[in-house]
Amino acid sequence: MKAPRIVLTTLLLISACLLGGCASVAPWQRGALAEYGMRPDRDPLGDALAEHTYFSREAAFGGRGIGGGGCGCN
Amino acid sequence: MNTIPFPPTKCARGAVHLLLGAVLALCAFLPRIAEAAETGKPLPDLKGAALEGAVPSTRGKVLLLDFWASWCAPCRKSFPALEGIHQRYKARGLVVFGVSVDEDAGAMKRFLQQHAVSFSIARDQAHKLAEAVKVPTMPTTLLVDRRGVIRFVNSGFRGAETEALLAKQIEQLLSDSK
Repeated sequence: MKAPRIVLTTLLLISACLLGGCASVAPWQRGALAEYGMRPDRDPLGDALAEHTYFSREAAFGGRGIGGGGCGCN
Repeated sequence: MNTIPFPPTKCARGAVHLLLGAVLALCAFLPRIAEAAETGKPLPDLKGAALEGAVPSTRGKVLLLDFWASWCAPCRKSFPALEGIHQRYKARGLVVFGVSVDEDAGAMKRFLQQHAVSFSIARDQAHKLAEAVKVPTMPTTLLVDRRGVIRFVNSGFRGAETEALLAKQIEQLLSDSK
């Protein structure tokens, strides 16, 4: 099986472009990244509610644990 | 149309992997290499850095130049230590100068209200000095000898360990550059 050279070259160029998109933020520019809103645990109540909704609605395929249910009744 | 064998030969696969690996390595490591501040180089002119705030006179003195920001958690811990160093060594010819890289002047002022210090503070609002020095982390504490040469670059603040290291370096600079 043969693949056109242009396909492989394009794939290689796309990979290189994607890798080239990796940017380094200078240490003195990280103020926005350090904001409270960037923390994954910024809203514990919201997280708990979302987690409860997720495991009760998606339990049919396992949710966060074993499968079964999924009735959304708890 | 030119074609190459598919699946590619072992040699071609190796070459592609090598090339991608090299690109990835460049992406990962080049910025870090470029960002490292270097010892043995003269400190850029502080007066020409367009800092917001008074620049202390450092002529013939040892300078402790601390880059910090209000959003940087270790900076909060470093301020009492820097104030202690300032009080301990100012009579022997050490100048402590804190340069904030905050974009928000209000945030800097609020930080300084909570962590009051007596050494000089200025704001590098355009980040010209931080870029010129190539500050590697926040905070970074540079020690500059009496001739204006960067002698030590201390990245981060690790409590008593950093404090002891700074004291040792300051003692060395105060004694060997008279």
